[in-house]
Amino acid sequence: MSTGKEPTLGEELKALEDIVRRLEADGTDLDVALKLFEEGVARLRRARARLADAEHAVQAVLQDADGTLRMQDVDL
Amino acid sequence: MTLSLPFGPEPGAGGLPDDVWSVGELNVAAKAVVEQGFAPMWVRGEVSGLKVYQQSGHWYFDLRDESAKVRCTMWKAHAQRVPERPAEGAEVFAYGKPSFYEAKGEFSFAVQRLLLSSRLGLQQQELERVKRALAADGLFDVARKRPLPPYPATIALVTSPHGAALHDMARVARERWPAIRLLLVPTRVQGAEAAAELVHALQLVNELDCDCCIVGRGGGSRDDLAVFNDERVCRALAAVRVPTIAAVGHETDVSLADLIADVRAATPSNAAELALPDHLEVAAAMDAVAMRLAGGLTRHTRVLRERLERTGDRIEGAMQEVMAAQRFTLERVAAQLDALSPLRVLERGFAIPQASGGALLKGRAAFSPGLRFDLRLADGVVPARVEEGA
Repeated sequence: MSTGKEPTLGEELKALEDIVRRLEADGTDLDVALKLFEEGVARLRRARARLADAEHAVQAVLQDADGTLRMQDVDL
Repeated sequence: MTLSLPFGPEPGAGGLPDDVWSVGELNVAAKAVVEQGFAPMWVRGEVSGLKVYQQSGHWYFDLRDESAKVRCTMWKAHAQRVPERPAEGAEVFAYGKPSFYEAKGEFSFAVQRLLLSSRLGLQQQELERVKRALAADGLFDVARKRPLPPYPATIALVTSPHGAALHDMARVARERWPAIRLLLVPTRVQGAEAAAELVHALQLVNELDCDCCIVGRGGGSRDDLAVFNDERVCRALAAVRVPTIAAVGHETDVSLADLIADVRAATPSNAAELALPDHLEVAAAMDAVAMRLAGGLTRHTRVLRERLERTGDRIEGAMQEVMAAQRFTLERVAAQLDALSPLRVLERGFAIPQASGGALLKGRAAFSPGLRFDLRLADGVVPARVEEGA
């Protein structure tokens, strides 16, 4: 998906799956294969970083009298 | 029921009984019979003469039907849980145990729960009405169900900030996906205000940047869970823009909200399990992808190396052919060049006349009488002169 945003983990994993499939297919040129490999390694690194990111957070969504939303950390 | 009580013998004719009970003894014995002789039970009847004592908060009333009546007591702790006082003559289901007040010798029924049968009927009718209305709008259609996102980053939790459900969901979510961000949209989940608050909370979800939404609460009585059958709540749930999971009460409780949501979870913990993958499984899948990446590349380099080797062999063969052909040509050309060399011509006995400057003397006109010139032979030069008068 070419949204301007950073790819989601789901998109990252899907792209990885495509890369592996192309890499495993016959008839890919070596320079293409190398590029695929490099891209795969970069995506894998990002995906693993995201998995290791243990930034678990619970926030309460509160609404002020004027309707604006604000977040407040919740300790559970 | 068999009774084994210390009844003495009947008095003999004309004589006085020798074994006499006091009233107190009688009532104590009767109380034991009455209060230990029955398991708790439901009794159906009409309420009559309800009195609520301000001081104690206890209720006193009669339950009656066509043939009989029984005095009833309901202590404050139980009476408080009855949502509304029954009207005179209202039909109720009363749950309790027979009781005996020994001081007055009074038999009564000690009520612990009271359900208004008419109210029950109304609730059921309302449930059926809402169900029909939602079904008519297609809100139960299977085609409406959206798949849950495989890797949500943010989940909205619509539940009570004070309930066990929140803790259960947060704990399971943290275990399965440590990086998950949970947004609690606090709301009451039972009582008179709950429907409006739930509707508002579900509308708020649409203003949040989240991937899916869990709405739920822990177990409770039928009345406690009733708000999840509310038509407004169900319609607000159907209007949530992200996929929804409903987790209302226990496995055995099924509310209309459960049927509206994209996914129904048995409990709040189960909802968190359904919403999130297990990070350990995903990590293992990533390891497998890494192996395949490396394997894929190795395979390509191996294929290429083999191809290169094959190509190298072919190039070498071709080069050898080319070189052999060129060598032949070279030798032929060299032979031709050799044949054309003037030195070779001279070797065959020819001579070249050259003027003193080295210019070739070609043709008779160049030989004027008396001219001195050189005659170049194969093995050297011989000076010569044109005879006079030649």
